Amino acid sequence: MLWFPAVLALALVVLPVVGLLVRTDLTRFPSLLVTSSSLRALKLSLTTAALSTVACVLLGVPLAVVLARSRVPGIRLLRSVVLLPLVLPPVVGGLALLYLLGRKGFLGQLVNWLTGQQVPFTTAAVVIAQTFVAMPFLVVGLEGALRGSGDRYEQVAATLGARPWTVFRRVTMPLLLPALGSGMVLSFARALGEFGATITFAGSLEGVTRTLPLEVYSQAEVDIDSAVALSLLLIVVAILVIAVARPRSWEGGLR
Amino acid sequence: MKFVLVAAGTAALALLAGACSSGDEPSTATGSGSSAAPAPAGGTLTVFAAASLTESFTALGKQFEAAHPGVKVSFDYEGSSALVQKLDNGAKADVFASADETTMTKATQSGVIDGRPAVFATNKLAIAVAKGNPKGIKTFADLARPGLTVVVCAKQVPCGSATQKVEKSTGTTLKPASEETDVKQVLAKVQSGDADAGLVYVTDATSAAGKVDKVDFPESSGAVNKYPIAVVKDAPQAALAKEFTDFVLGAQGKAELTKIGFGPAE
Repeated sequence: MLWFPAVLALALVVLPVVGLLVRTDLTRFPSLLVTSSSLRALKLSLTTAALSTVACVLLGVPLAVVLARSRVPGIRLLRSVVLLPLVLPPVVGGLALLYLLGRKGFLGQLVNWLTGQQVPFTTAAVVIAQTFVAMPFLVVGLEGALRGSGDRYEQVAATLGARPWTVFRRVTMPLLLPALGSGMVLSFARALGEFGATITFAGSLEGVTRTLPLEVYSQAEVDIDSAVALSLLLIVVAILVIAVARPRSWEGGLR
Repeated sequence: MKFVLVAAGTAALALLAGACSSGDEPSTATGSGSSAAPAPAGGTLTVFAAASLTESFTALGKQFEAAHPGVKVSFDYEGSSALVQKLDNGAKADVFASADETTMTKATQSGVIDGRPAVFATNKLAIAVAKGNPKGIKTFADLARPGLTVVVCAKQVPCGSATQKVEKSTGTTLKPASEETDVKQVLAKVQSGDADAGLVYVTDATSAAGKVDKVDFPESSGAVNKYPIAVVKDAPQAALAKEFTDFVLGAQGKAELTKIGFGPAE
């Protein structure tokens, strides 16, 4: 009974990729990929996605712990705010970032006043846009894991005399590792695919802000074969990331 | 069980929506495939037009609707190449207007155009700057000044290839902060204040008057874009489509296009 919709659901994900594969000119495939602009785009994509994953961990882990453990009134509202980038259209996110950090935005003016630098049109802007859209994936996963495990172990550790930092390091973190791993993989993959917020907030310039998804979009204007080849590359990288980097314990935890 | 309910609900909604829209425009559902039929009294005419035509074609669409009661004109404004891509992949449209002849040729070659395209307007570049021109940009060469944030179109789209042509003819190399995929994005970055200057079409700068200032430069006449228009092959509203292209090419179309800064078709 469940098989039919399940197969349909799977087909919805798999068939478009097959369509792309069928459309690809495999004889020209290598030459389409190894152009200097696509290699630069790939390198930029991998670098920025890695940086934004680091940012997601540095900012998202504390946020997830606070959301899961704190009993402040209004924390539920805060939790839904954190999810906002997940449901916002990326272009809206990009516009919001532009009007915060752009030259006319109040934070952007502050940054400019302090450092003399502009945020839009820089690689940093790409990382910020990617972090903005990717962080909820990490926070949601971690927070769920934290709530699931409860805080009994932490309380016991505390009654045995462990200090809060020791508890966090020796008890909370090990409990979180599987969820952290999967959250990082998801964030990285989401950052890799980011398009709307990047093009709106960071612009598109080869080697600086033109990541692989933006390169696909530019190429689609002139040479669709090359755009298709780059899309396949993006898919392969994404599948590799998910398949290789996914920790075993993630699946184990689900079983 | 829940799944069935949801599916049934969705189907009912879809039916309802279908019934409503076909009630308003009886000919849209039946119009496709009968391209040789005489002009129907009503229906939706779908026009794919280059992003730089947004203001002028929206105005022309209103005039066309006024002259043809019961007809609704709906537009898709995007980069010309993106529109050809859509047509190539089977998008249903009646009219296609491109921002340059290269892109129209591509459409003709891939067989999505019916008949011969006709040039209806020309356009050239201008510099869009913040209101009051605080950076004092007066010439094309000023754009190469260090410390300026300049945004241009990517070379893949018509406004970008025009930009490259001017760069070559003037021997000025720009160091843009970003290469956008359509001209409206360039304008948006000047409007938001994040770029000091952007290379857009005269017409875009004119239609955004009050939000940006326009700086004309003589070298722009070395890179004039011709805008062709054509009826799409297997257009659901072929007769109406022909009327619309004639309307754009005619006196009323010319007047509206000139108002916004387009040059004559010659």
